[in-house]
Amino acid sequence: MPSTYTPIATTTIGTATNSVTFSSIPSTYTDLVLVFNGKMVTAEVLLVQVNSDTGSNYSLTRINGNGTTAVSDRASGITYMSFSWAGTGKTDQFTEIIHFMNYSNTTTYKTVLGRTANASYEVTQGVNLWRSTSAINTIKIYGNSSGNIAVGSVVTLYGIKAA
Amino acid sequence: MIGSLIGIIASSGGAAASAGDYESIATTVVGSGGASSVTFSSIPSTYKHLQVRIIGKTDRALNRDGAKVTFNGDTSTSYVSHYLYGDGATAAAGYDSITTWSGIYRLSGNTSASNIYGSIVYDILDYADTNKNTTGRYVGGVDLNGAGEIYFGSTLFIKTNAISSISFAPVVGSNFLQYSSFALYGIKG
Repeated sequence: MPSTYTPIATTTIGTATNSVTFSSIPSTYTDLVLVFNGKMVTAEVLLVQVNSDTGSNYSLTRINGNGTTAVSDRASGITYMSFSWAGTGKTDQFTEIIHFMNYSNTTTYKTVLGRTANASYEVTQGVNLWRSTSAINTIKIYGNSSGNIAVGSVVTLYGIKAA
Repeated sequence: MIGSLIGIIASSGGAAASAGDYESIATTVVGSGGASSVTFSSIPSTYKHLQVRIIGKTDRALNRDGAKVTFNGDTSTSYVSHYLYGDGATAAAGYDSITTWSGIYRLSGNTSASNIYGSIVYDILDYADTNKNTTGRYVGGVDLNGAGEIYFGSTLFIKTNAISSISFAPVVGSNFLQYSSFALYGIKG
């Protein structure tokens, strides 16, 4: 059986920066998985855009638990993807895992599953939609409101190829 | 075992598996005629865990549906599932009491836009271990740009048989629609 789940690229933050971009993503995989493990310099959340699309072509539904309350919300016609809860950015260490399902197909819109886990504060699970049939070839992950990703944070992109 | 558990936790929401630990076993893409079910059979017993990665749409006359899961062709009353979900307004919990299948959610239904498909990542743990009932867990959801649902849940097959086949069928609809894709992966331990 063919082995897969291949690291495509990794960025380790040496100087605090607002964004990390993976470009020229090969179309040869079936799904992509982006893994973030790090911190923000200021209390902001991470957002995602694909293919340099800054238009209102994204939407989301998510669920959040903060140790006291479970809540759900949605947003439509927005300019980004998000897998965190709005306004809950912290400077604690957190992980964010995002699955871009069937990212290279040119028939369907792109459904993206992701989770943010901050053990000091909250967990959020979300499903986002990018309303485009284009293959995803660029992924940008960035801090909201110009917030910077802290030094030492690691962002890795993996490709999964179905037989 | 810890390494493979880390890998399986990773691939459904945690860190990522190491190269070489994760193999593609089989893939089914539904054709233009649709499919009433998708089955993976003769699954090798040589892995530690399985993962199924799904994008799907059914012919249910609503904007959402799910997939029924059965193992080894067993349709006896041997399945339970529990879940947390959010519908964009409310977070809630639910379960399918012991019945003849486990449900995993959400796929899109036929009244959603034609190019919107739901997605599920489903992990089946220790599937070949004959000392345990089979536990699964999943995350899944569909967003419809103004509607949608996000789920994460667990399934239990109350049999200790090793899993050699897995079948999926729509929970409410009759068929999975064209371009729905089911990909089975094995994770080594």
